[in-house]
Amino acid sequence: MKFAVLINEGPYTHQASDSAYHFTKACLDKGHDVFRVFFYNDGVNNGTRLTVPPQDDRNLQKNWTELAEKHDLDMVVCIAAAQRRGILDENEARRQGKDADNIAPGFRISGLGQLVEAGIAADRLVVFGD
Amino acid sequence: MPTLHTVNKSPFERTAFGSCLKHLAAGDAVLVLEDGVVGLRKATAFAGDLDAVSGDHKLYALGPDLDARGLKPDDLVSGVTVVDYGGFVDLVAEHDRTQAWL
Repeated sequence: MKFAVLINEGPYTHQASDSAYHFTKACLDKGHDVFRVFFYNDGVNNGTRLTVPPQDDRNLQKNWTELAEKHDLDMVVCIAAAQRRGILDENEARRQGKDADNIAPGFRISGLGQLVEAGIAADRLVVFGD
Repeated sequence: MPTLHTVNKSPFERTAFGSCLKHLAAGDAVLVLEDGVVGLRKATAFAGDLDAVSGDHKLYALGPDLDARGLKPDDLVSGVTVVDYGGFVDLVAEHDRTQAWL
């Protein structure tokens, strides 16, 4: 079955990012397809490669990146939400005249249309948030 | 066309869990995760609301979130089935849609 996941909450805020990660991983472990993981609102903060959590804590960004690499997962960050929160890829950083980008490997920045498409293309859309 | 409802906040913190129970249609089930699992404790002010629906609707709790809060199946109202993340995925697949009560 084809799943899509929407995440509206940032990492280390409460538990939604953790729940979404474990759910997505369980989907893939069971052999389901995950059409897309869409990060919206504060959820975009999962996609910065500059987080440095304590070594004995889970590293959510790294977990997502590794899951994406292992399963060729499409992880999309909402562009409007990302710009407000300072999540930039190389292209956006140049376009906005910023001196650096910070998007983590495995994430890409795109529009809300990608969420709509995921809702249509997937058999189930599961939402995690606060 | 049953729906799986997910609740992730305690009913003692927000009203979403209570609202969810009032909106269940025939065949719907409720999966409780994160702080929502606190709402499944027996002998609380909320337990009666759960008893009112548990005859007609399946109640599920996410095991890892019970463990994280020191809750055991014996601490919960009767009729709750504990599932892991794989069980969560199965429930989503078995129902026609999932409604998150955020």
